[in-house]
Parts: sequence; structure tokens; C-alpha cells
Amino acid sequence: MRELVVISGKGGTGKTSLTAAFAHLAEKKVLCDLDVDAPDLHLIAEPTIQRSGPFLSGHVAEIDGTACTSCGTCMEVCAYGAIQNVDGRFTVASGHCEGCKVCVAFCPEQAIDFPDRLCGTWYESETRFGPMIHAQLDPGQENSGKLVTLLKAKAREHAQQKGVDLIVSDGAPGIGCPVISSLSQATLVLLVTEPTPSGLHDLERVVDLCRHFRLPSAVLINKADLNQGYQTAIHTFCQSRDIPVVGHLPHDPEVTRAMIRGQAVTEGPETPFGAQVRQIWANLQPLLGAPAHT
Amino acid sequence: MIIAVASGKGGTGKTTVSAALASIWKRPVLAVDMDVEEPNLHLFLKPESVRSEAAYLEVPVLDKALCKLCGACAELCQFKAISLMGAHLLIFPDMCHGCGGCMRICPEGALQKGQRELGVVEAGITSEGIPCLTGRLRIGEAMSPPLMGKVRQRMQAMAEQDFRDIIIDAPPGVSCPAMTAVQDADVILLVTEPTPFGLHDLRLAWQAFHPLGKPMGVVINRAGVGDDQVQAFCREKGLPLLTEIPFRRDIAEHYAHGGILTQLDAGMKATFEDLAQRLERMACEGQGVSHA
Repeated sequence: MRELVVISGKGGTGKTSLTAAFAHLAEKKVLCDLDVDAPDLHLIAEPTIQRSGPFLSGHVAEIDGTACTSCGTCMEVCAYGAIQNVDGRFTVASGHCEGCKVCVAFCPEQAIDFPDRLCGTWYESETRFGPMIHAQLDPGQENSGKLVTLLKAKAREHAQQKGVDLIVSDGAPGIGCPVISSLSQATLVLLVTEPTPSGLHDLERVVDLCRHFRLPSAVLINKADLNQGYQTAIHTFCQSRDIPVVGHLPHDPEVTRAMIRGQAVTEGPETPFGAQVRQIWANLQPLLGAPAHT
Repeated sequence: MIIAVASGKGGTGKTTVSAALASIWKRPVLAVDMDVEEPNLHLFLKPESVRSEAAYLEVPVLDKALCKLCGACAELCQFKAISLMGAHLLIFPDMCHGCGGCMRICPEGALQKGQRELGVVEAGITSEGIPCLTGRLRIGEAMSPPLMGKVRQRMQAMAEQDFRDIIIDAPPGVSCPAMTAVQDADVILLVTEPTPFGLHDLRLAWQAFHPLGKPMGVVINRAGVGDDQVQAFCREKGLPLLTEIPFRRDIAEHYAHGGILTQLDAGMKATFEDLAQRLERMACEGQGVSHA
């Protein structure tokens, strides 16, 4: 199974617009949106939901007010400041609760319940590009890494069932939990950057992250014409780390126009920008390896 | 007064707005970068004489001589950081969330306090005298909220010293890290762009932050690039649209050079001075409401 994961470190470099274009260009694939916190790929792919389910992960403490004697032990043992004491009435601020169970274990009255925590919803869908696996984390929730892992497992399952050997995944910004989870078993991590101080700085960190997990990566420079100096600096950096640059794209309002039409930039009448994206997709093929014959 | 600059979608201009606001802020101000995964504010404010201090999470270390393999710690741990395998107790410090439950529950005192490095907290000061605080997550570290907690402790200590206002550059998204970054704010400033992605993620941000009951306002960046759906959403939710930054090539290039927007031209400076005044009014009114 080949898996292309598109990440960037810095947000807003064009991950989702490019992933949508790759989804349009790839012949047989399963599409996956691993940015479960602020997913946007569905705005272009317009999925029809086939199946969905709750994403339960971890637990949350709940104090039973009738059994609680207001001894304050829970507040003392909580490392996250999640227990509130309002005039002797103890409650859990669920947003701060880490689900560690320490208060449950130490409550002398066994007055703390520990139900499952509902963190979001996963979806298995069909799109004009093929099957799509996606999710929405509930606002303020954590455990997004576990949801990402769940989506990846579902994408693999779908691909195997359909005899497809390519998964194209849109990742989240940053380098933390959800991004780390999105990288596991990636065939190639495509790093989308831009020639700005933030673009280069954040690229360096995602390159180190890929290296940390020993994963092959390639770089795409979007909005490449914004600053020649930073573009050169990105090339120099990539050369020093032996990372291929698979292409450049200009700062072009066509990306936004396509987004407003609800289309991938390669859909509809061919534009110069679309042609460049096609070339980049072709450049990625040798790095992704040959499709397995099924 | 604390202003948190947030957004659902990444790359909408949080750092641009944070740096510009800090540069023209009338009262003493502390600039805090809470996007510890990809901190960028320092690239624009350029603090000098930066002091870097490692930050740690307390994780268990086993004293094998004392452990009687009762398994109480492994049973309590919700994060698979401790596992009892036959006659061996295994600790996986990378999985630990630092709750301290294992050390507390061990009847033999066999688990002692160890450390896992989360990253560093950096403090410096710009040539204009603006102190800057940044968290920088260690590459490979999965959890950002504990490091954000350390940045927050430093932030509170620094602001208390001389009653400074604070501008927080928050991480993107609406999950745990973003919520952690905005919790202390008197006003949340949402930066978005007038596109379908911008609108969708602004709606997510509104859903996440609205229950906090804090005053919120919106800045539209790259105004003119897309459609007018964001304006319609702001009207529908009663979200004040505080200012618009036009979609202009010279603005994008100025940013790409590492420039602060208020230094581009007099118009931009006036735009942000006006935004700062509006934010101050919102913070005062917000406090008035909560005292009523």
C-alpha cells in the first residue's frame, strides 16, 4: 500500500488545495482528510456520507454531587487544575480534564464517575474522486492523534477492499500529536512550503520531524515567486538535507477561484496553474513507487 | 488586558496581526507565541538577547529494588505508559501525560520523579523594548499543552511584575492547544480570509470559543481575494468585523521579507492603531458586562 501524506508545518501554504488536485489526478485511490481539527478537503470533494460513527476516546471524570462530601481530595490530586470548588460544591471542568483517573482512584467516597468521552465523528464517504475517509473532532477536544490513527486504519481497509493501492492524505498544520500520527507508514511525505521566513522556519522543523521518524520526504514550493531570496534559501536547505524539490507554483488567485467554485485547481478548463500541478503530480510518481498489480 | 489572536484555519495571518498589534501598542506589552509547534512571531518581532530554558514534564522512573510488581500503577495509567509484563514493569516515558497518579498510588514508593524534555521556553526583548516569550516544542514530542502551560506560567509572572498588556499568538485549529491559548484572554481576535476554507474554519472557531463568553472580533485578511460569505457570517452571528487587510501583492511581499505590516505604509499603521483602540474598548466593555 502506497500512502502520500501532505503536510506543511505552517498553515495556509496550500496543502488542501493541492491534495484536492492530486485526488482529481490520481487514477485509483482512497482520499483521507487527517486534519480532523479544521478539515477543509470536504469543501472541494463534496462527499456523500455512506457510514458514520461516534469517536469515543478516553474518559472524563464526573463528580456525583449526592455522594460527594466536599473533602477536596480530588482537587489536591488533579495535576491539570480541572476540579473547581464553588462554595464547597466540587465539579469537573471537562475541558481541562485529561482523563487520567487519578481523582477517581483517590476519592474516598467513590463519588467520581468515569464515562467514555465523545470526541468527534468519523465518516466513510463517496466522492467524485473515489472513496473518502474523514472526521470532525468536536471543538476543544483532544486525542486528535487517536482519531487520525483510526482514519488511517479505515482508509487502508477501504483501499484493500477495493483493490486500490494508493491513499492520498491531507494532514494538519504543526508538528505535534495529530501530525505525528498522520505520518505513520507513509510512503512519501510531501512538504508544502512558501518562500517566507515562517515558511522556511516551519519547513526545517517538519523536515526534522520526518527525519526523526525516518520517513522519506519531498518539498513543493508554493507561492514561489513571492520572494526570490527565501526560494533560494529553501533550495539550499533541501540540498543540504538531500530532499528533492518536486516543483514550484506561483502565487496565483486561481487557487482561490477554484476553491469558490468548489473544484480542484486541475478540474475544468486547463489553466497554466493547473498544468503546473499536473507536472508536479507526474514528478511525484517515481517517489511514490510503482503501483502494485492486483 | 490580554488579547488572543486565533483562527480555525492556519496561515490566515495570526502572526502578521499579532506582530503588527505589538508594534503599535500604546501601553507596555508582552508578546507571547503560544504556537509552540511552529512558533513564528519571533521571525517578525526579532527579539534580541534571547534566553532559552528547557521545560520538562514529570514522568515516573522505576526503582526496581523497591517494586513488588503489584501492578497498581499499570492498572491506573490511562495512557499506556506503564505495562506489567510478567516479572517486568515497563515504563514508556514518551506516552506519559504527567498526571503523577502512578507515583501517588505505588504502595512501595518505587516510582520516583523523572523528567521528559518538552522543549524550551525562550524569552527576549526587541530593540523597541517589547519583551517576547516563545515556547518551542521538541521535535518528536507529541504533546503541546504541557509546554504551553510552562509558557503560560512565565507569561503570568512577567505580566504581574509591571502590569503589562499581553498579545498572544495562538496556534491554529480549535482543539486542545488552541483552547489552552485563549483561556486567559479578555478579547479573542479571530483572523480569517474571505474564502470557503476561511469561512468554514471561522465557523468552527466560533463554535469552539463562543461558549467561553469572551468578547470576540474578526479581522479579514486578504480581503477581496474571495467572496463575501465571511461578512455575511459575521453579521448573522453578531461578530464585529473590526478591520480588513486588503489582498495586495506588496503586502504579501512585505510579509515574505519578514516585515511588520505597520511599517509598510502610513495607512497600515493607522489601520492597526484603530484596531488596537477597538480591542481596548471591547476588553473594557467585556469586563463591564462580567462585573454587572
